[in-house]
Amino acid sequence: MLFELREVGLDRGGRAVLDSFSVAIPEGATAIVGPSGAGKSTLLRLLNRLADPDRGEIFYRGRPLGDYEPLALRREVSLVPQLPALLEGTVESNLRYAAELAGEELDVEETLARAGLDPSFAGRDVAKLSVGEQQRAMLARALAQRPAVLLLDEPTSALDHAARDAVEATLARLRRESDLSLVLVSHDPEQARRLGDRVVEMPA
Amino acid sequence: MSTTSIHVELWQVAASLVLVALAAAISRWQRADLERDIVVATGRSIVQLTLVGYAIKLIFEADTIWLVLALLAVMVFFGAVTARHRADKVPSSFGPLLIALALAGASTLGLVVALGIFDPTPRYLVPVGGMVIGNAMTASAVALNRLGDEMADARARIEATLALGATAREAAAPTVWRALRSGMIALVDSTKTTGLIFFPGTMVGMLLAGASPTDAVRLQLILLYTLLGSVSISALVATLLAYRNFFTPAAQLREL
Repeated sequence: MLFELREVGLDRGGRAVLDSFSVAIPEGATAIVGPSGAGKSTLLRLLNRLADPDRGEIFYRGRPLGDYEPLALRREVSLVPQLPALLEGTVESNLRYAAELAGEELDVEETLARAGLDPSFAGRDVAKLSVGEQQRAMLARALAQRPAVLLLDEPTSALDHAARDAVEATLARLRRESDLSLVLVSHDPEQARRLGDRVVEMPA
Repeated sequence: MSTTSIHVELWQVAASLVLVALAAAISRWQRADLERDIVVATGRSIVQLTLVGYAIKLIFEADTIWLVLALLAVMVFFGAVTARHRADKVPSSFGPLLIALALAGASTLGLVVALGIFDPTPRYLVPVGGMVIGNAMTASAVALNRLGDEMADARARIEATLALGATAREAAAPTVWRALRSGMIALVDSTKTTGLIFFPGTMVGMLLAGASPTDAVRLQLILLYTLLGSVSISALVATLLAYRNFFTPAAQLREL
């Protein structure tokens, strides 16, 4: 089992964002759906220890998540947040930064291609990219670390239909061409069915 | 350095209050609504400076290094308390500020004494210490104020960088850099224009007291460089200690 959550709870500002939530997430592509406010983003942040639960236990490949060194875990289980947040500079400098953190060799063209971007993006200033392009640059940056698991938070929420279809096609191809596991959250049940091998529903 | 002294009569001080009245009149006329503040500020300046004057007189007369150190410690403490109000978006900022001011004061004063620039006597240590700690306070307050704003603005980017497996220090680096820069820039800029746009206080004071312009300039230069040192140390130490308070030991951004 990739991840296992047992009775996980987390409070923010005096209210439970997650309460007694249990789920088992196997390898492959798992889509998590639920209304906004159900704690989907929080769940992803728990999986690579950007936050820790107040109650319950989380296991990654059978070991308690707390046993993993957080920095090493985050390079293996990579989160792409809902809103793009690249570092100042070019797309390539962002990819290099990520690859160096993970101690990985970087093939810029190949990494861009995996995220559905053509090689001309390497030298582009991230401040001048559209939101859709930034979102893909974020995906490319995560892929530059050669993670085993990608956590995707609403990967297409800020995009129009054409851009959404392109990102979905990119993700589907990633799934086919590598043994990368995906855990993605979406408010859109249709998208969850298109992208996930299985769908987990979160209660409101 | 020559030790000229002049005598200032109380009526001279009282006469300068005419300019305070002018300030209050302008404020009232243009409805700047600062009259009350002007009166309070004037009152406080009279009381505070008079008390400090007596304290310094006592310390000069006692002529012991321990009293000087005690006074400097009090300045560091109240400096940190004051700076904390400007750094209200930084969690637990008091400790970093206290350490920053103490280190800035101790290292710069220690250095100017060790280099033989000033004698370790109350006559030098008290006024120079006051300037050093005062400027260190302003610089670290500005730096932490900026740090608080920048950390709030850059939250998404910092967390996205942490998500790549960066350390807290790596993720906060651009933010810390900008905060440090804003703490130091005011003094660097005013050092650039000193003598052109404004005459710094020490030089004005020495000229008024009858010192030769050469002495006034030399002492002013020493003080400017001493202050540059203390401002950079305090801004650096305060930001490097304070940014950690935004993170947990597991390199997570704290909920604030």
